[in-house]
Amino acid sequence: METIFFYIIALVALGSGLIVVLCKSPVNSALGLVNTFFCLAVFYVMLYAPFMAAVQIMVYAGAIMVLILFVIMLLNLGTEARKRYTHGVVWAALASLLSLVTFLVFIKKGQITGAAGDITKDVVMSVGHTELIGKTMFTEFLLPFEIASILLLVAIVGAVVLAKKEV
Amino acid sequence: MTEMLSLSNNMPLFLGMMLLKLVVVFVVVILIVAYATWCERKIIGHMQTRLGPMRTGWHGLLQPIADGVKLFFKEDIIPAKANVIPFLLAPMMILVPAFITIAVVPFGPDVTIAGLAVPQQITDLNIGILYVLAFAGLGVYGIVLAGWSSNSKYSLLGGVRATAQMISYELAAGLTIIAVFMLSETLSLREIVAIQSGPLWGSIPFLPNWYVFTQPLAFCLFIITGLAEINRTPFDMPEAESELVSGFCTEYSSMKYALFFMAEYANMVVIAAIAATLFLGGWYGPLPSSLGFANILMKIFAIMFFCIWLRATLPRVRYDQLMRMGWKVLIPLALINVAVTAIVVVLT
Repeated sequence: METIFFYIIALVALGSGLIVVLCKSPVNSALGLVNTFFCLAVFYVMLYAPFMAAVQIMVYAGAIMVLILFVIMLLNLGTEARKRYTHGVVWAALASLLSLVTFLVFIKKGQITGAAGDITKDVVMSVGHTELIGKTMFTEFLLPFEIASILLLVAIVGAVVLAKKEV
Repeated sequence: MTEMLSLSNNMPLFLGMMLLKLVVVFVVVILIVAYATWCERKIIGHMQTRLGPMRTGWHGLLQPIADGVKLFFKEDIIPAKANVIPFLLAPMMILVPAFITIAVVPFGPDVTIAGLAVPQQITDLNIGILYVLAFAGLGVYGIVLAGWSSNSKYSLLGGVRATAQMISYELAAGLTIIAVFMLSETLSLREIVAIQSGPLWGSIPFLPNWYVFTQPLAFCLFIITGLAEINRTPFDMPEAESELVSGFCTEYSSMKYALFFMAEYANMVVIAAIAATLFLGGWYGPLPSSLGFANILMKIFAIMFFCIWLRATLPRVRYDQLMRMGWKVLIPLALINVAVTAIVVVLT
């Protein structure tokens, strides 16, 4: 049953991915992308990572995509932008083709042995995904976490400086 | 401790109970939404020394049904220059997150059926509050898309205002909730209600251990940000009728307009239910726990009455005041609240 469900969601994810690429109107593409994020969140839930799923929806679908949609609407990217970038698509297509080939090679030649390590499904179910992430983030990965927060602070300060210059 | 009913230990019963809970919650929410419109008109009417609807049924009790029938038979208009797909999607995208969120609200203690514990909650998620926040953030899509796709300046302005407002207030709402789960040390709404049962701080017998007493500032901030997030007066900037005709739903008619209308009240029910669960003890309340359903409905109605009362009392704030309050008052206050809570939690 889980496999069938996986295939249904995978189909939806692929379909919305195609919408993102093929739609003429940027707003429809953005909506397709939101749907893709949803499918990714469903995959996280199926992998027993509910925290990741919630954050995926909250950050990507709830915040970043809203901002992107906002920009698309305000700039009103219409026919002009579409004409300018017709040949840019070729590079994107090449890049994605390359990554697809690399992935296929990895799946064929690489050593994928399945899940390993201490944190199994049962541990996640009994302790809770959020608790596990919180603990590792503030003990084992404290330095990367702090670096990320300093980077964000720099970004905030930069944004304020840029915005102040305009006024 | 009886075992929890799950898909693996009794599949037919699990599916049956799930379906039953879904239908009951859906019907109850729809009924509350329908009669909230009637209550709102009645309450505001009486507060302004009018009678409100009186003609349809006894004291206008059939008014929501009459409204529904009327909207159902209205002509469905799609503006010629509208962007059709987002225009059709928008009303659904605003209503669905509201209904989905109610799934994690517990409305009673566990019931034992056939030796298995059945929670009175559609689903208990380990990440309950995050789920609520995630879907609250999605409501903005409906408004933005409605505003943009209608291709009308009033709609667009309404949509732009709504986005800015919801993004800024969502932040403050999230920060106030952080203070709650710093105390509860769990994100599951079911366990948060369980923690709030019993006397206050385990020592004061005549008050329940609700978070509204431990976190009064967070409760006030949550109600304010909640009102802003569902665009209720005094924060109904996106549809300020004196400036923007009807805001983002200006171009909508018939049942699509009705969906926006329903979404507004459904969101009100959701915010009231979340506030009741997080701060007012959920189903653990003044009445005995076996009447949990009545307890939480009572609290939801009280908060909704408060929202309607505010609408009858306060004028609409100006847009710049709204933004200044969100960023310069509410977020700092929420941050201070989080910091103080953290210190207290560490010290005790």
